[in-house]
Amino acid sequence: MQIQAVGNFLLGKRSLKEFVMDKAIFLVLLLLVIVIAIINPRILRIQVLRDILMMSSTKIIMALGMMFVILTGGVDLGGGRMVGMAAVISASMLQTAEYVRRFYPDLGQIPLIIPILLAVIVGTLFGMVNGMVVAKFKVPAFIATLSSMLIIYGINSIYFNLPPNNSQPIGGLRADFTFLGSGFIGFLPVIVVFAAVVSIIVWFVLNKTVFGKNVYAVGGNPEAAAVSGINITRTLVGLFGLCGFLISLSGVLEAARTGGATNNYGNGYELDAIASCVVGGVSTTGGVGTVSGVIAGVIIFSFINYGLTFVGVNPYWQNIIKGLIIVAAVSFDIRKYVQKK
Amino acid sequence: MYVLEMNHVSKSFPGVKALDDVTLKVKPGTVHALMGENGAGKSTLMKCLFGLYSMDEGEIRFNEEPVKIDNVKEALSLGISMIHQELHLIPYRSVMENIWLGRFPRRGGSKSPVVDHQAMFDKTDVLLKELNLTSISPTDLLRTLSVSKAQSVEIAKAVSYDAKIIIMDEPSSSLTENEVEHLFAIIRSLRERGVAIIYISHKMEEILKISDEVTIMRDGHYVGTWAASELTTGMIIKKMVGRDLTHRFPAGESHISGELLRVENYTSPNPRSFKDVSLTLHKGEILGIGGLVGAQRTEVMEAVFGLRLHSEGKLYVNGAEVSCNSAYDAKKLGMALLTEERRATGIFPVLSVQENLVIANIRAYKNKSGLLNSAKMSAATKKSIKDLDIKTPSAKTLIKSLSGGNQQKVLFARWLLTVPDILILDEPTRGIDVGAKYEIYVIMRELAAQGKGVIMISSEMPELLGMTDRVVVMSEGRVAGTVNSKETDQEQVMELATKYVG
Repeated sequence: MQIQAVGNFLLGKRSLKEFVMDKAIFLVLLLLVIVIAIINPRILRIQVLRDILMMSSTKIIMALGMMFVILTGGVDLGGGRMVGMAAVISASMLQTAEYVRRFYPDLGQIPLIIPILLAVIVGTLFGMVNGMVVAKFKVPAFIATLSSMLIIYGINSIYFNLPPNNSQPIGGLRADFTFLGSGFIGFLPVIVVFAAVVSIIVWFVLNKTVFGKNVYAVGGNPEAAAVSGINITRTLVGLFGLCGFLISLSGVLEAARTGGATNNYGNGYELDAIASCVVGGVSTTGGVGTVSGVIAGVIIFSFINYGLTFVGVNPYWQNIIKGLIIVAAVSFDIRKYVQKK
Repeated sequence: MYVLEMNHVSKSFPGVKALDDVTLKVKPGTVHALMGENGAGKSTLMKCLFGLYSMDEGEIRFNEEPVKIDNVKEALSLGISMIHQELHLIPYRSVMENIWLGRFPRRGGSKSPVVDHQAMFDKTDVLLKELNLTSISPTDLLRTLSVSKAQSVEIAKAVSYDAKIIIMDEPSSSLTENEVEHLFAIIRSLRERGVAIIYISHKMEEILKISDEVTIMRDGHYVGTWAASELTTGMIIKKMVGRDLTHRFPAGESHISGELLRVENYTSPNPRSFKDVSLTLHKGEILGIGGLVGAQRTEVMEAVFGLRLHSEGKLYVNGAEVSCNSAYDAKKLGMALLTEERRATGIFPVLSVQENLVIANIRAYKNKSGLLNSAKMSAATKKSIKDLDIKTPSAKTLIKSLSGGNQQKVLFARWLLTVPDILILDEPTRGIDVGAKYEIYVIMRELAAQGKGVIMISSEMPELLGMTDRVVVMSEGRVAGTVNSKETDQEQVMELATKYVG
């Protein structure tokens, strides 16, 4: 009786089989985490776990941005390059006065918020343009963002190559800036606080606001949304803009965390973000996905990344394992939503 | 006094006059049934009313005021709602979100960005209780609801728009008997509130039970409006089909010999699809498959061709049991299938006539080195164009620029190149003009004369009776009966088609 009660609590109205099918990829990865922990239990030390959490923080913010686009059945391929652009913009204006190779040799001590805002605004605008192209010209999201990926990288490289910098890595970042990425408040890493606050805000937007519900509606059944009088263009521009905002914010924090920036920063991050979303249960067919799922997806992915290195798996093998995880996650996902005729 | 008048409505599509001077007058607080055969123009008329199509001619009066309805939003704001056959709902969202989509109550004024969940829950709760839908909770996910409950949610949504007219297009087609009773209870309570319901259905018994007035359409024309109490099932059928055979069919005697194809007890794994279907096709025979839309005719034939699953049943070709689980198998067994949706599953629009012709038989044009031989392909193409009299500027013309009838002839020719013994034609003359129809009939006759077997699914009664030797009539996924085309009439076929309905 008691086992049944616990089962009912865990499963709700679903059968065990349905539950396993629903969470299959999640369960497999959890198993992998357990295996890694058995091979080398030192990974479970609080210090290591905190490191993993810090590594995950910028990725969580980015993946939450990516989730908005995946909720509409698309992906943002330009995400990684947008991280690089935001990192370069913010870092270029936040170097210490003593540093020898400054991007802007004569720039004074400007308020921290200005470069950050600038980087985030540029990211948001690029996101909104993506949304416009998708909504107005009916270009599939992956093509629209493929183009903006190239454009963003080009613009960023031109900026990065400006004299006197001439494509030198940007270093010597101000302490008040790097504090955002690698500082602590007591035991708490600042960057984890950032990720937590962003997660709460995104959760609120998705679940409590009209905009959030419209995002789910447009993603779940665009025709029904249109018939119900939802402004689809406005919703798409808004959600792509929000995606750009979150991804460029993660770029700024990535610069602060690592203490530097180059135009190649963030290359390929979009793929990790997409993978984390899919593992976290965001459906590639649109309309389904939660903040908690994405956070879990990112953390599990980071743990496996870190853990495989920790237990000494060859980095080339790590790529193969990651590739297999992604294809497994998507095929399980498709199985759930597509019924055989 | 009428809540809705549609006067002298006409609407043409390229090549077809879908509506010709149609009238519909609906009184408030009544259930008005709209009836007619497949293709009579019911759905087109309703789409004009709901702002999905624009009328060529005619006027709409709402509450005695002339109105112009250009889009769905205008229809909704007037108080006209429509419940479509395919429900417009968002599967992974709650009932209340689906109902108030686009009009969420907001916390602190109509400009606030924050949704007031409590108000939304309360309003939904009141609405569902009003409609006596107590088994649905406002927070249920749509995906967890049965079809019948999801439909009830659509109805609740329509009511929440303060609708004066609700159009229901085949609302009972996927409901069980109990669920239909429940639907009727909702409809009656709506009627008491003064809402007018336009009810589209093929189910005679249902219509006579629930409706106050019945308007019948035929071939895009208005036949008349009667009080339901004056009508019987027989009268309705007569008014729906009572027309002259206007199409001509090529004369020809069939020379039917031995058995070619036998389907035994084909049953779909989907309980709502076909059940226990058996039929036999002979050499030289044209076999018709009749029935209403939704009778699962296409599904059965696609299962025979290996495109759909069947959980039970056996298939015999020339008396030998065979298994056919893919179109590839079917092709090897000498079968060919002309699909119903020419544009979606037939033509490759941006490829040439030649490429469209040879695709099903492409392996036959390989030379010794395994490469395709252009000379062989163009010779086959030339012959096909000549044999079937396909009107195309050249073999290189893109198929999308041909007329519907000529596209259909290309598809015919495509399958004839595979030299099939059994041809399955799903609505082969749909959407093509009278002249091309006749040519298609001639081809069918010739094929039968060569000793091939032809199966034709058709919703056009005259064609079904005029072209075939026998007709298998399906109803709700089952075979309702097989009739001899020469000895039957439209009334008998219609009666069989509705045998298991309702």
